Amino acid sequence: MPAANNYLTYLESEAIFVIREAVAQCAKPVLLFSGGKDSLVLVHLARKAFWPALPPFPLLHIDTGHNFPETITFRDKLVQKTGMELIVREVEDSIRNGRVEEEKSLNPSRNRQQSVTLLDAIAEFGFDAAFGGARRDEEKARAKERFFSHRDASGKWNPHNQRPELWNLFNGLHLPGEHFRIFPLSNWTELDVWRYIQQENLEVPDLYFAHNRKVVNRQGSLLAHTEFINILPGEIPEEKQVRFRTVGDATCTGAVESRAETIAEIIAEISVSETTERNTRADDLRSETAMEDRKLEGYF
Amino acid sequence: MQQNRMPEGKKTNLLSTETPTDVLRFLAAGNVDDGKSTLIGRLLYDSRAVMKDQLEAVTRASQNKGKDFLDLSFLTDGLQAEREQGITIDVAYRYFSTPKRKFIVADTPGHWEYTRNMVTGASNADLMLILVDARNGLTEQTYRHTLLASLLGFKHLILCVNKMDTVGFKEAVFEDLVAAFKVFTATLNIPSISCVPVSALKGDNVVQPSASMPWYKDKTLLEQLEEVNVAAELEQLPFRFPVQLVLPVQDNVVLAGQVESGRIKVGDKVQVHPGGEERTVLKIQLMDQTLEEAVATNSVSLVLDEGKPLQRGNLLSATGDLPLISDKIKVEVCWFGPGKLLVGQPLLVKHTTRFVKAEVLEIVHKTDVATLKQMPAQNGLEMNEIGEVLLQTEEPLYYGPYLVNKGTGSLIFICPRSFETIGAGLIR
Repeated sequence: MPAANNYLTYLESEAIFVIREAVAQCAKPVLLFSGGKDSLVLVHLARKAFWPALPPFPLLHIDTGHNFPETITFRDKLVQKTGMELIVREVEDSIRNGRVEEEKSLNPSRNRQQSVTLLDAIAEFGFDAAFGGARRDEEKARAKERFFSHRDASGKWNPHNQRPELWNLFNGLHLPGEHFRIFPLSNWTELDVWRYIQQENLEVPDLYFAHNRKVVNRQGSLLAHTEFINILPGEIPEEKQVRFRTVGDATCTGAVESRAETIAEIIAEISVSETTERNTRADDLRSETAMEDRKLEGYF
Repeated sequence: MQQNRMPEGKKTNLLSTETPTDVLRFLAAGNVDDGKSTLIGRLLYDSRAVMKDQLEAVTRASQNKGKDFLDLSFLTDGLQAEREQGITIDVAYRYFSTPKRKFIVADTPGHWEYTRNMVTGASNADLMLILVDARNGLTEQTYRHTLLASLLGFKHLILCVNKMDTVGFKEAVFEDLVAAFKVFTATLNIPSISCVPVSALKGDNVVQPSASMPWYKDKTLLEQLEEVNVAAELEQLPFRFPVQLVLPVQDNVVLAGQVESGRIKVGDKVQVHPGGEERTVLKIQLMDQTLEEAVATNSVSLVLDEGKPLQRGNLLSATGDLPLISDKIKVEVCWFGPGKLLVGQPLLVKHTTRFVKAEVLEIVHKTDVATLKQMPAQNGLEMNEIGEVLLQTEEPLYYGPYLVNKGTGSLIFICPRSFETIGAGLIR
């Protein structure tokens, strides 16, 4: 196998370096797993980083209860295949315990509430490093994220006081109660992720491929017609051939019309796409600073 | 007047499903007024890295701020405070790719007082792109950026003479500027310098050759960016491999790490520092792949033959080409603060994969970044100042001069109480 110096090897090497640095410098890491493409790439990179040993950390799924069944099937299969430990914490429980309130709007989502469940889980287990699949190209508030993103003892992100990152000298030292969000895929784009999935022949949830599904067009987002969304007056669910570009909470993850049935077709489709993947996210479209606001509260 | 309108002209189709071959990281330096945003915008736009919904968002944001042009800084000035105050808080990274290469652009604020951001953005860049406005010629900023490029050991520099459309695309304007720049850089040790006349607004010589400047026969900016070869330089340096982790694998010594420089083949002998023990590389692997060879920037796992126990922070080197070893080293420091750097102050240093306690024995001098002149610095180094110090480390470092090998020549300073990163160091 030639070691190759292609650009995917460069990105892979950088991500593996970051994962290993976090494990070397933090006492109790965890990998935030959503079942989406970025987090499954992250799991693959973690396995590479420590092979033949298992990655020395569990997976944590913050379950909003509003899942696509395909995501859960995929998650459980992956856990079985990798032998990694899975921890699930449910937003439903946070609501029941009075930690958060269910949204009461016409378009309720638990996307925001999951930050509380996540911070509670980090405190419960004493995690001091949480790997996430966020990328800088995704959203403008993420464009200045660090690889090692520092969070204070209350889990807050202070964008004005982030540590400068020079060379590959990551500084993961922290005081008790503080933690880091670690983003090994910072320099990847959506296209890089798909090219890597193709190169490594990784399995992805069926949601990413074109399929027929009943959807509701809500302000331009094609939301899946599931039990979790209210049909508003005037909305008529229609069957379309769609696929998802991002996989998250079913209440705010929009589909795109697509005929892409293979990874190669997905790559071809994204190459000519005129919109970003977050354009399908109703949670980001709520306001100009929707992502930043959520990040300040402890979101991914 | 600012010229941040969306680049005019035909959108070039750089699009291809072909996979790029490698990565180039560069730093763009210059003022907003020099058209830096427009130039980066042009590269992103022509390579389709800016999408329709992003453009719409930028348009909305520009209109909301009462601007009559499209302010591309809204693309990455992502934080609310930045958008309100119209400043860039720190380094933003932007991405685009062509069928040849993936580009990672570090976009740093133009204000000079943020030396820290320039140094941060520069630390991972292989090339610096400096913008000047054809009407203004070389300015104080140009000199500062160029001097910093030389101080930080940049081997590749491209001077973009922008807004050529405003000077009638005249060859003489460009040639005069180039001549002045050559005189200025003659004494600096930057081996590869090129100059391109461009109009970022109209697109001339950015991606497409310019019909308005037939006298310019050289390559467009993008062609130059696509052709610079930086990987080879790193691979030709002696082998260095800082150990990140020793993996818990029975009966084997498996070292996890990234090849910092050079290359390593199965069967090669290496030396382990500290101690200097000679060992043999039995296997190079990454998951189920067994590799014959690994080169600079590759993250791999190395299996060595039997010997003394190893740990994180050990450095593997080529046997014939050893690192320098000392606990007293001269370091060019860029101080980030918040407080002053003072003689005797307790510090933590991160060098390769090691944390080492250290203190400054002497501040030899500070450097005026506008002239590179050296001045006495009895009162310490202030935030954003650069100067040379004599550093005493609790244990010896295994290093090389920064200008020869960034990987073993760089370090960061960490406050032992707050654990904040408070400075950057380039070993002399």
